[in-house]
Amino acid sequence: MSLDKDDVRQIAHLARLAVDDQRLPEHASNLSAILEFVEAMDAVDTAAVEPLAHPLEMRQRLRPDQVSEENQRELFQSVAPAVEGGLYLVPRVIE
Amino acid sequence: MSIHTSTVAELSTALARGDHSSRELTEAFLQRIQGQGVALNALVTVTAEQALAAADAADRARADGEAGPLTGVPMVHKDIFCTRGVRTSCGSRMLDNFISPYNAHVVDRLSAAGMVCLGKANMDEFAMGSSNETSFYGPVKNPWDTDAVPGGSSGGSAAAVAGGLAPAATGTDTGGSIRQPAALCGITGLKPTYGRVSRYGMIAFASSLDQAGPMARTAEDCALLLEAMAGFDMRDSTCVEREVPRYSQHLATDLNGLTIGLPKEYFGEGLDPTVASAIDAAVTEYRKLGAEFREISLANTHLAVPAYYVIAPAECSSNLSRFDGVRFGHRCDAPKDLEDLYKRSRGEGFGDEVQRRIMVGTYALSAGYYDAYYLKAQQVRRLIRDDFLSAFEDVDLILGPTSPTAAFNIGERSDDPVSMYLSDIYTIAVNLAGLPGISVPAGFAGGRPVGLQLIGNYFDEARLLGAAHAYQQVTDWHTRVPEAFA
Amino acid sequence: MMEWETVIGLEIHAQLATRSKIFSGASTAYGADPNTQACAVDLGLPGVLPVLNGEAVNMAVRFGLATGCSIAPHSVFARKNYFYPDLPKGYQISQYELPVVHDGEVTIELDDGETMRVGLTRAHLEEDAGKSLHEGFEGVTGIDLNRAGTPLLEIVSEPDLRSARQAVAYMKKIHSLVRYLEICDGNMQEGSFRCDANVSIRPKGQAEFGTRAEIKNLNSFRFVEKAINHEIERQIDLVESGGTVVQETRLYDSVKGETRSMRTKEEANDYRYFPDPDLLPLEITSEEVERIRATLPELPDAKKQRFMADYGLSAYDAGVLTASRDQADYFEAVVEAAGGEAKLAANWVMGDLSGALNRDGREVGDSPVTPAMLGGMLKRISDNTISGKIAKDVFEAMWNDEGDADAVIEAKGLKQVTDTGAIEAMIDEVIAANPGQVEQYRAGKDKLLGFFVGQVMKASKGKANPAQVNELLKKKLSG
Repeated sequence: MSLDKDDVRQIAHLARLAVDDQRLPEHASNLSAILEFVEAMDAVDTAAVEPLAHPLEMRQRLRPDQVSEENQRELFQSVAPAVEGGLYLVPRVIE
Repeated sequence: MSIHTSTVAELSTALARGDHSSRELTEAFLQRIQGQGVALNALVTVTAEQALAAADAADRARADGEAGPLTGVPMVHKDIFCTRGVRTSCGSRMLDNFISPYNAHVVDRLSAAGMVCLGKANMDEFAMGSSNETSFYGPVKNPWDTDAVPGGSSGGSAAAVAGGLAPAATGTDTGGSIRQPAALCGITGLKPTYGRVSRYGMIAFASSLDQAGPMARTAEDCALLLEAMAGFDMRDSTCVEREVPRYSQHLATDLNGLTIGLPKEYFGEGLDPTVASAIDAAVTEYRKLGAEFREISLANTHLAVPAYYVIAPAECSSNLSRFDGVRFGHRCDAPKDLEDLYKRSRGEGFGDEVQRRIMVGTYALSAGYYDAYYLKAQQVRRLIRDDFLSAFEDVDLILGPTSPTAAFNIGERSDDPVSMYLSDIYTIAVNLAGLPGISVPAGFAGGRPVGLQLIGNYFDEARLLGAAHAYQQVTDWHTRVPEAFA
Repeated sequence: MMEWETVIGLEIHAQLATRSKIFSGASTAYGADPNTQACAVDLGLPGVLPVLNGEAVNMAVRFGLATGCSIAPHSVFARKNYFYPDLPKGYQISQYELPVVHDGEVTIELDDGETMRVGLTRAHLEEDAGKSLHEGFEGVTGIDLNRAGTPLLEIVSEPDLRSARQAVAYMKKIHSLVRYLEICDGNMQEGSFRCDANVSIRPKGQAEFGTRAEIKNLNSFRFVEKAINHEIERQIDLVESGGTVVQETRLYDSVKGETRSMRTKEEANDYRYFPDPDLLPLEITSEEVERIRATLPELPDAKKQRFMADYGLSAYDAGVLTASRDQADYFEAVVEAAGGEAKLAANWVMGDLSGALNRDGREVGDSPVTPAMLGGMLKRISDNTISGKIAKDVFEAMWNDEGDADAVIEAKGLKQVTDTGAIEAMIDEVIAANPGQVEQYRAGKDKLLGFFVGQVMKASKGKANPAQVNELLKKKLSG
């Protein structure tokens, strides 16, 4: 798969990454090279193969329904870029 | 015995005998770190004050008769492990200002075992890299040759141990990030079975592949460290509830009758001939120890790196979405709206390689491409795992090189992502399968260390460590020290 | 003029009534100070991991069993990736391809008394997001993540509904069910129970579905009805004036009473779902399913049938009484306390009790008149201690904390007069005082009997037994 500048722009938008327009061709060529490289997988027929999501095929463990966490807002918000009145602040969201 | 070239086991004995206090050891290593160590750029944060306090606590514990084998032994944590009250940067500008409010499970366990953390080791940004060149804090130098990379992503950990800045370090291994730098720096590094060590508090790169493990001079040290690191943790759903063997008590292994597989795919094109002959020599040593060899085939080996470079980026693209400039980490100046906040914070906070992988992963998961890339890679992943499963029906361990070449030069591969990815050609399949693997020093190529990789079956770390230990009883590669850091 | 048919499917989000969150040990209690119940996992701090709350799974299975759904022996949690400030990790943990519960149905009752089956496509577990607060800040939005990680059961219906009324009946049915099952408090004001509606129109008789619009976040039955009706009207107007419906997400503005576009399909997110590598597949054995099945309460449909059979109630009364488990339980306790009298009990529960609860804005669970008190009062009606009319006063007194029925009757002297002599004396007085009416009555104006009854009851301050008064009056007037 060969990607062009518009593809990269679209992917960068989905991933919320600011990409310098001047670097789009470089990204496009790098990403295309990687995609071409991984497409080596196409050579093998996997139609009958179950995908493997986890190396160990275990089942999910369940947690008892207990409240174990205390309020640590002050500690957690000490590393936050912008808070006020206990709320995290972001530029105005319009819905 | 000089402190900085000692093993963990030796330091443990010295502490037990009263030859040294933990404070003495800690001061000695801090001095190394702040002296000749600076040139390696192996640590991004030195926690001298906390280390000395921990050393004093360890000495008091010893005086009270409450010391274990690791009490008072210094070490460093890869900066991917969250450490309460200490910056945890993950090698990224994104987390340059992040003081973790909590400890990783591994950090708590090693601290409970009495170990003294000297600081945080440099690493490839978010563990994405094989050379430690992607770190926001600059590349780490290989103590054997400061023009060379130390490997990655746990390059700071490997260089710290090889350079005598700490006797042990934690690392994480997603596609070879413990084993490859261990090989390139001439130390021993173990990637345990997926699920053996809790991932809680270890900043995720690719959740289904990441595994923490020990890096030290010897297999014995790795055994001591793994004993302390491993253990059930309810907070990680993928961490197994399974007893942790006393690895250090079962190191003496009789290799007579042990069957070792040599995958023919690990000795083909691309393998440096000097590395190949070092591995051949190791095979000879193992034969002398009584092991039998059998050629095996891991037929889908050539698909491991391609599958990995879909799965790991896919998982990372999602894992790294939480770095959005809202609750922690880097936030751009004066965002004009929400989208600007996201895009500039992430664009400024992440380096090129991280952005590249996020974009590859985003693409691989996006509508219309999921089946062709992600699903396909998961299918190939099963083929790769099945290759190992059938191999382990015939052999007890698998042996091969850790890396196709010895350490390359800084800058040599940084412009070509795909050639960089191929440094992990022998290690990546092990992560896809979730198996344990260890790299042990096995010689030199052009003055730079060569690593031997042993791969075990699931939860067979004891056998892996035993086999590595046996080799280290008859060879002295692991005792070699780079001249500049002797 | 083209005849249109509406096609509606609902996605209901029910917050599960667990104590802790679906993937963390933080409390789910409503109304705490912002971000005081958002722990490291809820905030998505670097390195944290989710662990599934077993009770959330239990609750999902309970719902599945109550609606005849299949319980998946193997289901998978997936990540739904999108950026939004109330979504801390940049993805929501949900279920995508393999939900825990799928393929069932519920029966709803329509206004005309007809019943109708509504298919359930699936019900899956997922985590709720936080809240964005826009008020009180200049140019910024505040984020409260207390709600982030609260377990949700998303219940997806088949597109079987054909009108807003049906949609509301269906939503009420699910609302009643989740409360019966005690898996959701159903509090719509607090957002514990809300829905998205997929609405489309097609010419009557056409098999294919039209293009649908999704109306987000409807949090009251009234809004569901209004929003859907508005949307149907909008789509018909649009198509009839030559336009076409576009697939989009719309928001209901309850103030203006209309829906407006949020984003179109082209702007829609590419959610990049994939199995969450931090969580393993959820496996539920048939033994576990059976163990949960054994704990299920009697469900509304079964209860309604039993009320009709055992208490001889009409379908309507049984339906009203079983609409909520609390009300049904209350009714049964009243019948028990009264020692029978189910019809009477039904009338009082649906009538005076329900009226008083509505008036004071209280729930049946905290009615000041307990089932024992109401049952005790009904006993006094049936043993003729008080009349039905007096009972209304007794009920009011009980409501106002003046004691149980017997205490009120005693204190206020409301005991019914059944002594024939006393009643006869009052009748004699009334006859003596109204000679004109007596004459007319005797001349054949039977209708005046009511007048005399009224006079006697008034003289007795309502306490005379009306049946006796009637009988004795007739005798005396004719005599």
